[in-house]
Amino acid sequence: MQSLTNRKKVIEQKPMNIWERMYLPAIAKGLAITIRHFFKKIPTVKYPEEIRPYSKNFRGQHSLKRDEQGRERCTACGLCALSCPAEAITMTAVERQRGEEHLYREEKYAAVYEINMLRCIFCGLCEEACPKEAIYLDGPHVTAEFLRKDFIYGKDKLVEPKFDITKLNVNG
Amino acid sequence: MADEVVKLKVTIDGIPVDVAPGTTILNAARQIGGDIVPPAMCYYSKLEGSGGKCRTCLVKVSKGSEKDPRPMPKLVASCRTTVMDGMEVQNITSPEVIEARKGVVEILLINHPLDCPICDQAGECKLQDLGYEHGAEGTRYEFERRTFERIDLGDKIQLHMNRCILCYRCVYVANQLTEEREHGILNRGDHSEISTHIEKALDHDFIGNVIDVCPVGALTDRTFRFKNRVWFTKPIDAHRDCPTCSGKVTLWYKGEEVLRVTGRKDEFGEVEDFICNTCRFETKNTSDWVLEHPTVVEKESVIGANHYKQFDPPAVIKEDADLQLANVAQLHRTERLK
Repeated sequence: MQSLTNRKKVIEQKPMNIWERMYLPAIAKGLAITIRHFFKKIPTVKYPEEIRPYSKNFRGQHSLKRDEQGRERCTACGLCALSCPAEAITMTAVERQRGEEHLYREEKYAAVYEINMLRCIFCGLCEEACPKEAIYLDGPHVTAEFLRKDFIYGKDKLVEPKFDITKLNVNG
Repeated sequence: MADEVVKLKVTIDGIPVDVAPGTTILNAARQIGGDIVPPAMCYYSKLEGSGGKCRTCLVKVSKGSEKDPRPMPKLVASCRTTVMDGMEVQNITSPEVIEARKGVVEILLINHPLDCPICDQAGECKLQDLGYEHGAEGTRYEFERRTFERIDLGDKIQLHMNRCILCYRCVYVANQLTEEREHGILNRGDHSEISTHIEKALDHDFIGNVIDVCPVGALTDRTFRFKNRVWFTKPIDAHRDCPTCSGKVTLWYKGEEVLRVTGRKDEFGEVEDFICNTCRFETKNTSDWVLEHPTVVEKESVIGANHYKQFDPPAVIKEDADLQLANVAQLHRTERLK
């Protein structure tokens, strides 16, 4: 039968001679390859001590942003949860009380904001849907856990820490 | 002569329809239905005298009537203009109308705060739909928007004057459904605002309907305030034996809980029957109601998003003894991992 491509090779299997049956040259050849790799550049990276450069549009863990006055931007409008194709986001909205104006930017805020990191597919649609520029997927990788419940990230893990310029000066 | 039915023939966007004399162009278009119905922010078919204020229902009359075929000189408000025999109307087929409507939306939005993420009406707001369909992306208005403090009209209704577009619907509701009106428009022109004198509480049995008729989020249900977004709740038609009203309502469910009760709204956003305050605010248990069927939600509406078609969500393993028995190992593991 005519082959479809010209790449067909017919392999002949001859019985091995005595030199080949001793396997010594084959072992030496294999060892040579192994030893050669000791002197080559190592391509692996020791994560997390060493981190490779990330793409600029890498999407990692979500963070809920604060505005320039340190107030939470999220107003619990629910558009992120609506846009989420994996239905990973839930929230409970609460009205801002008098005297909390320095904590929350808008009249309404999310008292509970939870993302199930097992459901999340890191598509970034929540980021796109957000009208208040409150959520960004700019964090690192989501770390592994032992229990499923630990993958439900609440506001304690999501809201970014307050930026305090005075502390920065002390350390710097 | 009196029982002889005279029908006038009108053509709206090329679609002919026979209507009774005295019908407005808007209602003639509603008889046809579909895309050619002009949007209306202030007109409400159940409220006498409403309409003619917002100008979003502007249409072009390209032929006045059979006897006088001259076109009307200006765009007319279709909710206030009655039809003539042989009249030809252009709505979405006229670029002039679309352009004018865009201008109207821009003017309506001049003082409207863009707080849709906070507003409870978002998702079922007529102004939102209108802005989405006809409006421009940005505003050209550079001055400060007028702002007011929130006012509680009684313990059930809240007034956000910032969002009001002065359609007067709530005033008509109070005039026509309740014996004495306690709220109305104060001041004139650009300064006019809906208010009650000295913030008097509204406590008539049917006053809750001002929430339903409000096309924007100016009058909202305080019992539903910030409870949930409209599109996360699931509307279900229900009825109950109510001594004061028809008792036909829509219940808005979130899980097992009734978050809100409203009147049943038709495709034009108008309630079928006005409901009383007891139905609206006091009876928020499933046991109070006879459930009928899920409310039909428009395909384009955000309210239908993320809803599954099943009326009764299937029982979770935890609530079913048989399923529980069949899944002992799995349950045990889940409990252990909790």
